[in-house]
Amino acid sequence: MTAQQPERTVEVCTPRFRRMPLVPALEVLRDQRRENEVVFTSMGSAREWPKLSQHALDFHYVPSAMGQAQSLALGIALAQPNRSVTAITGDGSLLMNLGSLVTIAASGARNLTVIVLENGIYEVTGGQQTAAASAQLAPAHVDFAVMALAAGIPSARRFHDLPAWQAGVEQALRLPGPRVIVLAVEPVEGYDLPMPKPAIGERVTRFRTTLATSK
Amino acid sequence: MFAGEAVAATLTELGVTHVVWLPDSALGPWEAALEASPVRLVRVCREGEAWAIAAGLYLGGAHPLVMIQNTGLFESGDALRNVLFDLRIPLYAIIGYRSYLVPDSPDTARRFTEPVLQAWGLDHILLERRESLAELATHFRACESEGRPGVALLAEGKM
Repeated sequence: MTAQQPERTVEVCTPRFRRMPLVPALEVLRDQRRENEVVFTSMGSAREWPKLSQHALDFHYVPSAMGQAQSLALGIALAQPNRSVTAITGDGSLLMNLGSLVTIAASGARNLTVIVLENGIYEVTGGQQTAAASAQLAPAHVDFAVMALAAGIPSARRFHDLPAWQAGVEQALRLPGPRVIVLAVEPVEGYDLPMPKPAIGERVTRFRTTLATSK
Repeated sequence: MFAGEAVAATLTELGVTHVVWLPDSALGPWEAALEASPVRLVRVCREGEAWAIAAGLYLGGAHPLVMIQNTGLFESGDALRNVLFDLRIPLYAIIGYRSYLVPDSPDTARRFTEPVLQAWGLDHILLERRESLAELATHFRACESEGRPGVALLAEGKM
């Protein structure tokens, strides 16, 4: 490091541009899903997850307020502490609500897992880089897993290739919660997020009823 | 205006299970009483989170209430929009009304509070007297029974 460069406190822990394909990454998660577990999807995961899973405890957060998926999931986790709750969000979304990491840590919701799909872009608006992925930051790397740990989250892991994720998923999901798992995934071109059916009002009513009646 | 114990007792009587909050200087003194009550406090870092967390609590069968200042209302517009109008989750909020009690206050937070609530179409009442806690309870129950969101503005003095 030269005298002109600022000191970096977060080291590059994985190669910056190695990423796994999105759908196989989600398939690994689906295969670990417990029967009574809530899976809360948003943005890119809300587009892909319905192709992989049809479960009464899936909730596709569309339409959404960007950045709030993990907060909604936290509320469910607090209301139902004996149920596992997984929120799948994106890096752009998390950047909009970084304080939520501290809120989640402070809540003590041990039953909450936040999966961050890190692709470095805003797919929904056509693929522009996030500030975290911008070239101006290089050679530094914004590490959301390190950020989660610094926010007080007890357990965080980052995976950047599929074999490592496949090998490490069981152990990662057994870590003390709340836990954050960052998956570096390849961007998807031609973003299209169809509106899930039925309409959101009906889905909310159904989901709430399922949460009240299923164990 | 209200003692924390009275507020906590009222919220408990109303069946509120969680207060999701980011307090201001008028709401903050209620903290100890709320902590000592059956109501669970959920502390957030930014007000937008409060609406989303409260929505999740509602989905999970709890009975949450959002408690923030009017400046936080302004900050949290997109989360509020999504939760109350997209998801149609009928949350109730107590919102500190900064500078309401200051005559001719130039505080823009005071100026825009009620117009913003009206723009959202949110039914609201003003709490400005000790006996207002009974009004709060009546309004809360009416909103709950009709399945619609509601807001109680807490009249505050200094900025």
